[in-house]
Formats: sequence, C-alpha cells, structure tokens
Amino acid sequence: MGHTSVLLALPIIIPLLSGALSLIYWRSRKAQRIIGVLGTTALLVLSGMLVAEVWQHGIIVMHMGGWQAPFGIVLVSDMLAASMVFMTGISAVTTAFYALGSVSKRHEHFGFYPLMHLLLAGVNGAFLTGDMFNLYVWFEVMLVASFALLILGGERAQMEGAIKYVALNLVSSAILLSAIGLLYGLTGTLNMADLGYKIGQLEDDAMISVVAMLFLVAFGIKAAAFPLFFWLPASYHTPRVAVSALFAGLLTKVGVYALFRVFTVIFPFEDTFAQSLLVWIAALTMVTGVLGAAAQFEFRRILSFHIVSQIGYMLMGLALYSPLAIAGGIYFIAHNIVAKSGLFLISGLVYRFKGSYELKELGGVYRQYPILALMFLICAFSLAGLPPLSGFFAKFLVIRAGVEAHAWWLVATALAVGFMTLYSMVKIWAEVFWKEQEVCHIKPPRKYRGGTRIMYATVIGLALLTIAMGLAMEPLFLIAQMAAEQLLNPAGYIEAVLGETGLGAREGATP
Amino acid sequence: MGTLMAFLVGGLYAAAIYMIMRRSIVKLVIGLVLLSNAANLLIFTSAGMTREAPPLIPLGALQPDGVVADPLAQALILTAIVIGFGVLAFAVVLIHRAYEVVKADDMDQMKDTDT
Repeated sequence: MGHTSVLLALPIIIPLLSGALSLIYWRSRKAQRIIGVLGTTALLVLSGMLVAEVWQHGIIVMHMGGWQAPFGIVLVSDMLAASMVFMTGISAVTTAFYALGSVSKRHEHFGFYPLMHLLLAGVNGAFLTGDMFNLYVWFEVMLVASFALLILGGERAQMEGAIKYVALNLVSSAILLSAIGLLYGLTGTLNMADLGYKIGQLEDDAMISVVAMLFLVAFGIKAAAFPLFFWLPASYHTPRVAVSALFAGLLTKVGVYALFRVFTVIFPFEDTFAQSLLVWIAALTMVTGVLGAAAQFEFRRILSFHIVSQIGYMLMGLALYSPLAIAGGIYFIAHNIVAKSGLFLISGLVYRFKGSYELKELGGVYRQYPILALMFLICAFSLAGLPPLSGFFAKFLVIRAGVEAHAWWLVATALAVGFMTLYSMVKIWAEVFWKEQEVCHIKPPRKYRGGTRIMYATVIGLALLTIAMGLAMEPLFLIAQMAAEQLLNPAGYIEAVLGETGLGAREGATP
Repeated sequence: MGTLMAFLVGGLYAAAIYMIMRRSIVKLVIGLVLLSNAANLLIFTSAGMTREAPPLIPLGALQPDGVVADPLAQALILTAIVIGFGVLAFAVVLIHRAYEVVKADDMDQMKDTDT
C-alpha cells in the first residue's frame, strides 16, 4: 500500500515542485528550461507507472492525511484517471520540449515555465481527486494558470480573447460551486464515492435533476460543448503556439473527464433527462464545430473549431452509455490529445517559417519543407479518421457503439462530421502546403534563434505516436475497456474508496 | 431565516446575471463578484443554518453534544472566498490592461477575435 499511494500523489507533487523550483530560479532561463524538461519527463515516467499499477491492482486510493474516506479528502485513480494523467504527461513533455525552441526570451521572463507546471498540477489534481469540492479547487488552480498563460505577451487579441475566456470560465466556476453547495445540502457529503452511494438512496428526484443539470452546464462550459463553447474559438488562437497546444490538448478534456466521472459514479444517468439532452448536445457540438471550422481561413482558428467538434464525439461516447461507447469515448480523448497537439505545433512551425497563420497568405510549404507537410498529413488524416491512424479507431468505436444502440441519426451525424473534418484538413493542405505562395510580402517575424530541430522532433514524435496508437490498437482498447467497465460499475469504485471502515462510519454520519 | 436567505441569494444571482449581460466590462466584473458571493451564500444556506451552537467538543468528550453548526460548509465557503478573491484580483488587473490596450470599456469593441 505504502509506495503505491505515494505514486498517486506524485503526479500532483512533481509539477508543483517543478513550478516552485522554476520560481526560485526566476532569473535563470537555463535552469527553468532544464527543470521544465526534467519535471515533465519525470511526470510522464511516473504516470506510466501509475497506469501499470492500476492495470495490475485495480483502483488505487490514497487517504490524504490518514483521514478515512467520507471525512477526509481522497485521491483515487481508476483506469480513466490514470490514463488521463498519462496523456497529460505526454502533452507536458511535448510542450516542454517544443517550448525550448519556440518560447521567446521575453515570454520566458514573464514566467512561462512556472505557469506551465502549475497548470499541469491543476489538471492532474482534477483527474485524481475523489472529492467534489477538491475538484473545484483543482479546476481553479488550472484556470488561474491558464488565465496567465493566455495573456502572456499582452497583445490586443490576447486581451480580447482572455476577457471572454475569463468571464465564461468564472461563470462556469460559480455554477459549479452552486451545484456543489446544493449537493452538499442534499447529501451532507462531498466524497464522490459516498455521493454515488447516497444519491441512490435519495427520494428527491427533482432536486437531483436540478443539481445534475447544474453540473452538466458547468462542465459543459469547461468542455466547450454546444451551445456553451463560444469562449474557445474566441481565445485559443491568441496565445503562443506552445500554450495553444497545451490548452488544446488538456483543458477541455478535463471538462469532458469531469462529465464522464460525475455522470457515471455520482448521478444515475441511464434513461434520464440528462442522457437524452446529452445525445443532442453531442450531435450539435459536432455539427456546429465542424461548420464553424469550414467558414474559417486562419490556421489556428480552424483547429480551434475542430476541438469543439471533436468534443462532440467524446460526449457521444458518454451519451450512448454502453461499455463500448464509453471505451470509445475514452480512447477518443487520448487520440485527440495527441493529434490535436500535433496539429497546433505544426501550425507554429509554419508560422516560424512563413510568418503568418492566414491560409490566403501562406503557400508552398510542401515544396520547401516536405517533412513538415508529411507530418501534417499524418496528424490531419488522424483527426479526420482515416485508417490505420488512431483517429480511425476512435471514431470506429464510437460509431459502432451508436450502431449497436440503434442511434441512427447520431451515427449519420458522426459520419458526416468526419467527412467535413476531412474537408477542412484538405483545405489547409491545399492552401498552406500545396498551392504556390503568391506574393511574398510577409516575412518571418524576425530572425529566430535555433531550436527548429527540437520543434521538429516533438512534431515527428506526436505523428509517430498517432500511428502507433492506431497500429497497437488492441492493448490500448483493453485499457479503455477496463476504464469503461470501472466507470459503469461504480460499486467497485465506491467499495475501493469507502472500504469496510467507511461502511461503518457511513451509517453514523448522516447529517 | 432560511426563506430570507433564499430570497437574498436569488436576488444576488439576478443582480449578477443582469450585470454580466451589460456591455460594459467593469460591470461584467462586478457581476462576477456578485455571482461568486451568491454561490457562497448558497452553500451557507443549503448546508443548513444552526444558530448559537458552535461546533465545539466539550473538554473530555469525544463528540459534541446536541445539534451544532456544520463547520465543513463554513470551511468550504472560506476556501471559495479566498479562491474567488484571487481570481477576481486577476480579473480586475486584466480589465485594466485590456482597457489600456483596446481603449474601450465596451464588449462591442472587442469583437476582433470572434468570427
């Protein structure tokens, strides 16, 4: 028990520690960069160990400060949380390496590295906590770091984007807090496992639906689901590319993760109003996202809208609520983190070479940088869902689950959105990589220092990863399946957290 | 008391939403302040209010006797207040900087990043 529960706390402690160390070495760029690389690499290794540990021994629980479950705060890692932490690790490592080349001296002096570590700590904390209020706190840690990262540099577009991002996320946090308050008034507990147990025993169905809807709205804003996604395309294309990639990979996924967690463990979901609503939300998120992207002619804005449409697929996995669908949704999250980060990083490299994100001004990248073009093709086809890349299997699982559930129009929507995604990607390909660049009136912003090679390496790494995730589907699917089974049988989660002692204490602890 | 608090919380939410929907960014931030206060009071109310019964354990006893106020809800609110304060401090600095850059206290002037 001893060392495994430490393993559970380390994905939070390491980024916090690296962030603190980066603050100590505020003046030394070199030290901050070394800490950035070492800290994120350590995070990746440990999260890999965490996945292995959960794979072997099932759900791991750590009672913080030795307080038993419903009273103290617990950290819990089931397969979903562990694999999400692992994907965070991958995203963190690629960002840290890419940042070595791309983040300028000025931005490093504004505190890019400490903020990045703080963001990672918030994300991992949200994944691992087993307490609703603690989830809120980690969300806030993550948000504050993301606010500061978003305005790093202080350009006009960043300010405008940040105001929308900050306002909507604060509203979402207030709704989340209200929901937590009502939930506590209803049940007298905040421990997720205990909540799952007590909600099942409550009679007050109307109040439970109200609270469930509040959670749906709060996490829906954070996950950028229809019709609450407008902050995302208004802000994600404004910060540095390394920051955009980190946001695109992680932030919305935390919202999706919270929806997966809340609507499996805590609230009864099957055949409720929330489920029928989520089916619509999923379909409309896919459609609006992809249509928004079709109307755009700026590299990063197209990608931002595609984040929204991909969120729809993940929600579709949850909405269908079968083991296959949830496994598909989880696999989709993992695939999306890789493919989407890769595409954002590629857009950064294109900007470095050509000095623009506007499709109309770009061109001829294929002729000059064929390897970059190839990497784009791999990531773009993966996003659109072409075999044998990871995107194909992600979509295949979700759509197959839709067919099994006879949700025909949802399946049709998902397939049509897949084609539209391909259209957007081909549009970028044709405009940025294929056509001749017309007039070369734009120049790269300034003579960049070195580091292009390391940026290339991270992009190639992500492209290879999306191929590998497609080719090594079997073991990954088994992991996703295990995560889905744990989610759909919350009894196992509840027993792991509360255990025998919790069972006794629970009887005496009714408010 | 509970009814009164319910009206107070409802009024705060309504005022917050009204302020958030204004075009002025300063009013937007005021709305966010009200919203976080409304949420805090909601926790306070929904956790149940117990008058004049501090959650103290008498000397030598292992648990408090009788009904006492719930300290957890107050701890939650305290945490939420601190977080809200930090976040709002950031928001105030942000709107100041945004005002310097954009030179307008009007959401309609901030449409460049929308589509």
